[in-house]
Amino acid sequence: MGPVRPGAVDGVIATRGLTKRYRGGQLAVDGLDLTVPAGSVFGFLGPNGSGKTTTIRMLMGLVEPTSGTARVLGLPMPRAARTVLPQVGALIEGPALYGHLSGRDNLLRLDAADPTADPRTRRARVAAALERVGLAAAAGKRAKAYSLGMKQRLGLAAALLRPRRLLVLDEPTNGLDPQGMREIRTLIRELAADGTTVFLSSHLLDEIEQLCTHLAVMARGRLLAQGATADLAAGARDRLVVTTPDPVEAARVLKEQGAADVTADGDRVTGEPPARDLAEVNAALVAAGVRVRGFTLRRASLEDSFVALTGEGFDVAR
Amino acid sequence: MSRADPATAVAAERGPAPLWTLGLLRSELLTTLRRLRALVLLGVLAAVPVLIGVVVKVRARGGGSSGAAGPAFLGQVTDNGLFLVCTALAATLPFFLPMAVGVVAGDAIAGEADVGTLRYLLVAPAGRTRLLLVKYATVVVFCLLATLVVAASALLTGVLLFPVGELMTISGTTISFTDGLLRALLVVLVVAASLIGIASLGLFVSTLTNSGIAAMATTVGLVVTAQILDQFPQLHAVRPYLFSHYWLSFADLMRDPVYWPDLVHGLGLQVLYAAVFGSAAWARFSTKDINT
Ligand SMILES: Nc1ncnc2c1ncn2[C@@H]1O[C@H](COP(=O)(O)OP(=O)(O)O)[C@@H](O)[C@H]1O
Ligand SMILES: [Mg+2]
Repeated sequence: MGPVRPGAVDGVIATRGLTKRYRGGQLAVDGLDLTVPAGSVFGFLGPNGSGKTTTIRMLMGLVEPTSGTARVLGLPMPRAARTVLPQVGALIEGPALYGHLSGRDNLLRLDAADPTADPRTRRARVAAALERVGLAAAAGKRAKAYSLGMKQRLGLAAALLRPRRLLVLDEPTNGLDPQGMREIRTLIRELAADGTTVFLSSHLLDEIEQLCTHLAVMARGRLLAQGATADLAAGARDRLVVTTPDPVEAARVLKEQGAADVTADGDRVTGEPPARDLAEVNAALVAAGVRVRGFTLRRASLEDSFVALTGEGFDVAR
Repeated sequence: MSRADPATAVAAERGPAPLWTLGLLRSELLTTLRRLRALVLLGVLAAVPVLIGVVVKVRARGGGSSGAAGPAFLGQVTDNGLFLVCTALAATLPFFLPMAVGVVAGDAIAGEADVGTLRYLLVAPAGRTRLLLVKYATVVVFCLLATLVVAASALLTGVLLFPVGELMTISGTTISFTDGLLRALLVVLVVAASLIGIASLGLFVSTLTNSGIAAMATTVGLVVTAQILDQFPQLHAVRPYLFSHYWLSFADLMRDPVYWPDLVHGLGLQVLYAAVFGSAAWARFSTKDINT
C-alpha cells in the first residue's frame, strides 16, 4: 500500500447537501450527496436539464453553491482551487476555443494560465497532448477551422496538458458523429486504464453503460441512485417475453406457472420468470393451446433499473 | 492536512512561481493583439496622422489658410513636422483613441465569457484576481501602444512631409528639436495615462455582462456620453470628474515652462478612476458565477 491519498479516503469527489438555486429561482441542483471513489470511471447520468453541468461548475469553483459543500481530491472547493485544479483536467459543457489562434497556441495559452505549470516544459507537453488526441497534424491550423470533433479533441488535449489525478468530462461526445464518439470513448478508456479517476457526465445511457464502473443518476436536480454499475444493473430482474396471438390465455398460464408481475401488451406478454425450468413453462403454454410465436428471456439492462428506479423510461428526447 | 499526498506535495513544494505570471501576461498580450479587431483599430489609429499630414500639406501648397479651425497645433504643423504628433493626438483623443481602448477593455472579460474560454482559464486555474490583474495590465499596455502608434505614425509623416528642427513652444520660446522630441515622448506618456480612466471603466463593465459586444458598446457609449456632458456649462459641478475633462491638457506640456495644474488634476483623476473601478471590477469578478 502506498501513502494514503486524501481522495482515497472519502472519495475523489465528495459533496454533502450540495444545492444551487439560480437567480431566477430555478433549483438546478438539490441536496446532492455524491461520492466518487478513487480510480473509478464514474458516470454522471441524467437527462438534459437535470443539473449535471451545474454540479460540475460548482465542483470546479466556477459557480458558488447556494448551500452544501463540495470536496475535490479531499480539499474543499472553491477554497482550495489553487491546489486542486492543477491536478484536475476538465471539459465543461463542450469545448471553447480562441478561433483566431492555432490549436497549439490555444493550448499554450491555457497552460500559461496554470501558475504551477513549468514554462520550460510547456512546448513539449503541448506537443504531447496534441499527439495524444491525434491533432498533431492540425496543430498549426486556426481553431475556427476545426470540425466539432477536432474542437472536442482539442478540449480533451487541454485536460491532458499535465498528469492529472481527476478528469471531469461533461458530455464529451455531445454533437459528435458515431465515428467521433467512438474515438473519444476509446481515448477515455485509455486514460482510465492509466489509473486516472474519470468523472463523466452524459445523457446517454449506453455510453455510461459501456464506459463506467460506477454511476450516479440525476433527475430534476436530485440524485436518484449511485453505486457500482454492476450493482445497479443487478437491481432489475430479467423478463420473460412471450409473443402470441392468444395473450389472455398466455397470461393466465404464465401466472399459473409462477411468473410474477405479468403484463400483456398487444401480442406480447411479459413477466418475471418463475424459478423453474423455462422449457416446462413453454410446454405448459403449448399444452394449454397457446400458439407461441416467440419465447425469450430478455436480460436486465441498466435501462430496466431506471424504469424500476424512476417509474419511467429514461428517454432524453422528451 | 497531515495526510501526505504525493501529487499535492509536489505542487505545494514547488508552488506557483510568481514570475511565471509573466507568461500569462505575455499570452494575454499576444492573444489580444492577434485579434483582427485590435489590428484594425491600430491600423485606423496609424492612418489618422497620415491623413491629417496629407491634407495639411495639400492645403498649404494650395495656399489655403491653414489652421483656421481644427485640432490644436494644426497651424504649427507646416512650420515643424514634430507638431503633427500633438495635432494627431489632439485629433484622435476625443474619439478614436478612447474608442479603441474601450473596445479592448470592454472585450477583456466579457468577450471570453461570451465564447466560454473564461471557464477554461479559470479551471486552468488562472485565479480570478491574477487573471483580472493580467487583463488590467494588458489594457493599460494597450493604452500606451495605441498612443504610441498614433505618435509614431505622426512623427514619421511629419518628418517626411514637413520641415523639422528647432521648434517654438506655445509660450513663444524656442526649444531644440531633441528637447521637442523629449516633450513629445512626455505627451505620449500623459495621453496614454489619461486613457486609464476609460480603460478601468471598460474593464468594470466587462465584468458585468457575458456579452462582449454589449460591453464594448457600453464602454464606447460612455466615451461619447462623457464628451457630451462635458459640453454643458450648467454641469460645472460634475464636469471636473468626467474622465475626459482634462484630456486636452496635454498641450500644456508644450508650454515653456510646462504648465502643470491641469495635467496634475487630469492624472489624479485617472488614478481615482483606476482605484474606484478597478476595485469594483475585482469585487464583481471575484464573486461572479461563471455560467458560460
Ligand atoms: N445560468 C443559469 N441561470 C438560470 N438557470 C439555469 C442556468 N444554467 C442552468 N440553468 C437551469 O438549471 C437546470 C440544470 O441545468 P444544467 O446544470 O445545465 O443541466 P444539464 O447539464 O444536466 O443539462 C436547468 O433547468 C437549466 O435550465
Ligand atoms: Mg449540461
